Amino acid sequence: MAVLKARKRADSRPADALTSSAGRARPPLLARLRRDWQLLAMTLPAVALVVVFHYVPTLGNVIAFQDYSPYDGITGSPWVGLYNFQWLLSDPEFWTALRNTITITAFQLVFYFPIPIALAILLDSVLSRRLRLFIQGIVYMPHFFSWVLVVALFQQILGGAGLLAQTLRQAGHEPWNIMTNPDAFIVLVTAQSVWKDAGWGTIIFLAALAAINTNLYEAAAVDGASRWRRMWHITLPGLRPVILLLLILRLGDALNVGFEQFFLQRDAVGAEAAEVLDTFVYWRTLMTGAWSYGAAAGLFKGLVGLILIVVANKVAHRFGEQGIYKRS
Amino acid sequence: MTTRPVWQERPTVFGLTLKTVVLTLLVLAMVYPIYVVVLTSLSTAATVTEAGGLVTLPGDLSLDAYRELFGGGVVTRAVLVSTGVTVVGTLLSLGLTIFAAYGLSRPGSVLHRPLLFLFLLTFLFTPGMIPSYLIVRELGLIDSYWSLILPTAVSAFNLVVMRAFFMNIPGEVLDSARIDGASDFRILWRIVLPMSKGVTAVIGLFYAVGYWNAFFNAVLYINDNTKWPLQLILRQYVQQGMNLVPNQRAIDTAAGYALPPNLAIKMAIIVVALVPVLLIYPFVQRHFTKGVIIGAVKG
Repeated sequence: MAVLKARKRADSRPADALTSSAGRARPPLLARLRRDWQLLAMTLPAVALVVVFHYVPTLGNVIAFQDYSPYDGITGSPWVGLYNFQWLLSDPEFWTALRNTITITAFQLVFYFPIPIALAILLDSVLSRRLRLFIQGIVYMPHFFSWVLVVALFQQILGGAGLLAQTLRQAGHEPWNIMTNPDAFIVLVTAQSVWKDAGWGTIIFLAALAAINTNLYEAAAVDGASRWRRMWHITLPGLRPVILLLLILRLGDALNVGFEQFFLQRDAVGAEAAEVLDTFVYWRTLMTGAWSYGAAAGLFKGLVGLILIVVANKVAHRFGEQGIYKRS
Repeated sequence: MTTRPVWQERPTVFGLTLKTVVLTLLVLAMVYPIYVVVLTSLSTAATVTEAGGLVTLPGDLSLDAYRELFGGGVVTRAVLVSTGVTVVGTLLSLGLTIFAAYGLSRPGSVLHRPLLFLFLLTFLFTPGMIPSYLIVRELGLIDSYWSLILPTAVSAFNLVVMRAFFMNIPGEVLDSARIDGASDFRILWRIVLPMSKGVTAVIGLFYAVGYWNAFFNAVLYINDNTKWPLQLILRQYVQQGMNLVPNQRAIDTAAGYALPPNLAIKMAIIVVALVPVLLIYPFVQRHFTKGVIIGAVKG
């Protein structure tokens, strides 16, 4: 995001700013190579890694159109056209995974997405700077915990042998187990996401809040606008671009609900509730060696994701917002 | 304490109470589970038995659980693996990212635009699990610690944040150093890096936390469970509930001394996974609020 703006600024400088003589024509390639070889040498190791671990595997997706076997390799395996995709679309487990993924995204849009906004407004209203920084420090922290850790913590507090069940049992009540109930699973994973990431999610909103001109609040207050009217007419409009941007990003990312969280809890609640697209790829293919089938499922997800991002950006531009690319 | 602006009305008692309650609950929700886990890990077998599980009120304390963990077993090894991967990985990642970010930050340098595009494009498309697995296997990295480092060594996001920061350094400063005959390596080392301590700390934290927390790559690429990093141990012994000391009763009587309770050991594993993050975090946290990340993300 930032780069795109930075790049635009770079364009506005003369191409040979390094030789600090504006207006002269671009030096020939060889001269520029001689001038910039150090910069290139610095960049190349990172480029090599990205090519090997991102672009080569991306091309490796061609095995989705093959009946790949590791023994024959990509060059020796037979081509099967769209067979794997037909198989995929007729696989009820794939549809379960897709349905779960979309349900969870929709659920979290309603029950997760607004929380960082509300939290940011609440934090912003704390007058004492030190208190605010203290609370910020605490609520940002779980973002840096691994999912294994978060799930383990939830298990210790809410699980069948956890603190809540223990307390209920000692008080003579029948404990209920939240961690293994497939019906409550969507609530559980959303609660975990809120606990882990909602605090961190306030950062961008806090920055937007800090950018609102306080004179607006003062003028409104002098004119007799109440606290709530100021929030409605100044705070929320001030947050609107960021809210829209994040909403669009989330929609573009609709098929990504996080992987480890579901992978870790799939056994406890069962595949019917906890299978999402990523875990589907893992369990149905990597575990059985159906490489081409798994690649087809992954490619399907990647392509839909790509389309969603492009569409989401179109929508963003339509709304007059910046979206993730073409920012300036 | 910042004072209330004169135009702002005094808060109502109800509003203030509500706010205090909500914020207190919020902080408790983050802190209390960690408190319970840490306390249980430090409790003696008797205290754990008396509490009937997790300990909420301090009783007798002991470090037995930690002695057991660091007595040279599975957990000791996993901590060493995780530490090694985190240290080597973070240094490598930070080095690669700083070099590439600087290499792409000089306006008008040769090829910088296509190369930058190469990184930016990775935001739009992930290669997918199966082909990534196959390339790691093709390179012979299965069961090698490098499989936990190389595939995630360069994060395009971190690179972009860092580059944006470098671009904010006035070009005149760097140009004058260049005219004085400094090489790019020297400029980076002597001028750019000293001006970028905050962003380097934050990006370093991101990488370090990423390596320390890395779980799924290890599930995919490390089959040999003697090479497992800590997160997999955490999963096996805590989340899946396997006991580190099987048949505890039998061992107790045979050895003639009481081992720390399995629950305390499990909680201690959680604490061991938690502590490095808790230790580094406060030092880097102030940079978040200073707006290092926001400044970069907002462009």
